[in-house]
Amino acid sequence: MNSGAIGDDARSIPHLLARNVARHGDKPAYREKEFGIWQSWTWAQAAEEIDAFALGLLELGAQVGDHIAITGRNRPALYWAMVAAQKIGCIPVPLYQDAAVEEIAYALDHAGARFAVVGDQEMVDKLIDAQAGNMTLKHVIYVDGRGLRRYDHTAMSSFADTQAAGRASARRAEMEALTQARTLDDTCVMLYTSGTTGRPKGVVLSNRNVIATSRNSAEFDRLRAGDEVLAYLPMAWVGDFIFSIGQAMWTGFCVNCPESPDTMLTDLREIGPTYFFAPPRVFETQLTTVMIRMEDAGRIKKAMFDHYMALARRVGPDLLDRKPVGLLDRIRYRLGDLLVYGPLKNTLGLSRVRVGYTAGEAIGPEIFDFYRSLGINLKQLYGQTEATVFITQQPDGEVRSDTVGVPSPGVELRIDDRGEVFYRSPGTFEAYYKNPESTASTKDPDGWVATGDAGFIEEGSGHLRIIDRAKDVGKMADGAMFAPKYVENKLKFYPNILEAVVFGAGRDRCVAFINIDLNAVGNWAERNNIAYSSYQELSQHPRVLDQVADHVNAVNASVAQDPMLAACQIHRFLVLHKELDADDGEMTRTRKVRRAVVGDKFNDLVTALYDGSDTIATETEVTYEDGRKGKLRATLDIRDAVVVNAARMAAE
Amino acid sequence: MKDTVDSYVTEDGRTIGGVMMDMRGITLRFGGVEAIKDISFDIREGEIRAIIGPNGAGKSSMLNVISGFYHPQEGEVWFRGEKRPPMKPYQVARQGIARTFQNIALFEGMSVLDNIMTGRLTHMKSGMLAQALWMGKAEREETENREAVERIIDFLEIQAIRKTPVSRLPYGLKKRVELARALAAEPKLLLLDEPMAGMNVEEKEDMSRYILDVNDEFGTTVALIEHDMGVVMDISDRVVVMDYGRKIGDGTPSEVRNNQDVIDAYLGVAHD
Repeated sequence: MNSGAIGDDARSIPHLLARNVARHGDKPAYREKEFGIWQSWTWAQAAEEIDAFALGLLELGAQVGDHIAITGRNRPALYWAMVAAQKIGCIPVPLYQDAAVEEIAYALDHAGARFAVVGDQEMVDKLIDAQAGNMTLKHVIYVDGRGLRRYDHTAMSSFADTQAAGRASARRAEMEALTQARTLDDTCVMLYTSGTTGRPKGVVLSNRNVIATSRNSAEFDRLRAGDEVLAYLPMAWVGDFIFSIGQAMWTGFCVNCPESPDTMLTDLREIGPTYFFAPPRVFETQLTTVMIRMEDAGRIKKAMFDHYMALARRVGPDLLDRKPVGLLDRIRYRLGDLLVYGPLKNTLGLSRVRVGYTAGEAIGPEIFDFYRSLGINLKQLYGQTEATVFITQQPDGEVRSDTVGVPSPGVELRIDDRGEVFYRSPGTFEAYYKNPESTASTKDPDGWVATGDAGFIEEGSGHLRIIDRAKDVGKMADGAMFAPKYVENKLKFYPNILEAVVFGAGRDRCVAFINIDLNAVGNWAERNNIAYSSYQELSQHPRVLDQVADHVNAVNASVAQDPMLAACQIHRFLVLHKELDADDGEMTRTRKVRRAVVGDKFNDLVTALYDGSDTIATETEVTYEDGRKGKLRATLDIRDAVVVNAARMAAE
Repeated sequence: MKDTVDSYVTEDGRTIGGVMMDMRGITLRFGGVEAIKDISFDIREGEIRAIIGPNGAGKSSMLNVISGFYHPQEGEVWFRGEKRPPMKPYQVARQGIARTFQNIALFEGMSVLDNIMTGRLTHMKSGMLAQALWMGKAEREETENREAVERIIDFLEIQAIRKTPVSRLPYGLKKRVELARALAAEPKLLLLDEPMAGMNVEEKEDMSRYILDVNDEFGTTVALIEHDMGVVMDISDRVVVMDYGRKIGDGTPSEVRNNQDVIDAYLGVAHD
């Protein structure tokens, strides 16, 4: 799979472009829906557009090593701008189009960008605002000139005009010489990591990084010319760069750009991509839409849908993994495909998906299984910008919702004694631009990079499982790994559970606070004629507690299957009488639990969980939305959960 | 206010041409009620001209006179240097004048695309039979018209609702579709009757941007009625102020703002 050195004819993206023109010059390379029709460009036409723009840049005075900022929604012209920049030895720096002016200003200044290629007026305005302080930008090129007619054009021109100047240029030989001078070690692209803390960092990726990774990952999933992708994720994200430029250039598949951000789902249906990437959010939204529409469907249709979805959940994933399935079930699944799965996949625009990926955050197992059961080959991968995306990914036939797969081709993995995941790969970034300290602290001299995530490699399957951010993982009294978020996430996959807070750092066992989801549990109560007058009353209802206990037991059973994490099983829990709230300081504004604050505030409850009491009377101060404060009194039941003996499990 | 007929260039670099439409001594009566009393004003090529005034001032009636829907009892309408005889609204439309309505007047059951296509009516020349059979010229014509409509859809960024029936759209989008239909006629003069009524601040900003872009991109002359003074002052070149059917002010936004009659009309004065 890892097929050796990269050929001389593939040493840069422009070289791959030339190879595609030679191999499949008349096949579609780019499509964009404009004026209601899919416009398309073949590889030969795209190469001509790219050449014209590269010459235009030369005419504007671009020089080898210049950084060229690129921002806007996904459009062929902007992809061409990136390749054109590479053709003349410049470095494309894609920026997030929804970034704030200060962030753009920082990146422009940090990269010392001399040129910018942008989508439309909105982006031009942002650049003008960002440049108020200092003018490193020499020239701005825009694709859509609407509203820009009366702007000062001394340092601004349209994409088309730049190309026209390029087509009239006499410096074609010079451009070709610059392209020929590219090597595998040249910088291919620079991408800014969003960075949750501190300033964003410019990740420098070389041609070798991008091309080796694109080749390996394309071979891993047998991507090929003739595949179709929909390019709708931000161009500044490393994933889009690899999918829509790296892999597209390596294999020669076609990149389709939606008409506008709002038409993405319609465009998806029209294109029917064979290779598709989406964050869990997109899959969730699609599933919710389907379920809501099915609630409104007629009785026969609804019954048919329910019947065949039950069948799909039972046998669909096995069929996809080519595991043995009985003949009768196979026939019934085929019938279901005809009646339900086929039309449904068509509506979702996923009929033709051969390889689908989701990543970025944990995907709920029900959502993941829903798509897999329909026969959509949805898989997970784990990666980051510094790795040129790929660290691990799931091979066909070994797909599960709780792992992120095996190391991608050419990637070495190492887990240190604290549980942090390290990798070394052909895609390992060169450096952080103008930031040698950060580079040194992230990448050691041997090329190993710390991911900042804690995880472990599952015995038997060799799959990596990510537990949590490494800094959040602690130790219990006996030294066992304490990974609260791992357990909390498992609990939160149940619709009834809104939030969970697990305690256990430095203790001998784990206990948990649970917050019920008022919508889901309230709905259930209504359907089951259970009367309640307040959140507090509902939260302490014995049948609600029973349900939560079932969920906790199920999570314990699942946690116990990982010997490393078995100690994180929940021994005792209680359901909180109030929702954790940002107004009370218990959560951040982005709804992340502040573990320490919660532990402090409900100290009496934590004590009760550990001292063996069955109930605890408590009084809590709450802040109302208008700022007034009040007291909430409650007596909470404490339940014991069923803890599975890990040693016994392992022995079985 | 510039009184010369020559063209001039605005502060933001647009060229305003000579007089396009000249209303001379217009009086409009409904029975005994005088809706418009002897009003004269002009609209220049390329400008954005606002008509403002309190409720019942006669603004919409004035727009209806321009669009040929009402025929004034007295006065003359001059369009591009020629006196306009009494015309039917469709004849006025053929002259290159399109409008939107205060209360949205779209075909609710039809898709956005079809609604905008109706705006191309004045550009369709082939006969009914040819259109029904979709032959030769009719086919070519439809393709051309569809292309023009798609450009407008792109311009107003309503691609996502192209196939949506109008009845399912929220109010703000309906307003935008109505603007699209008016634009589809490729008007020289665009009449907008309260394009921003009932919109929130964000929708108003969007609509203002579209009106400016239309004026800028296609050179379309715009006459609009609007109540939001902020918007009027921001986007218009000149403003006519009406009150009880009379003209009480005419000039640039700053001139109008400082006009005592206008202030009185808007704030009210004590009658003693």
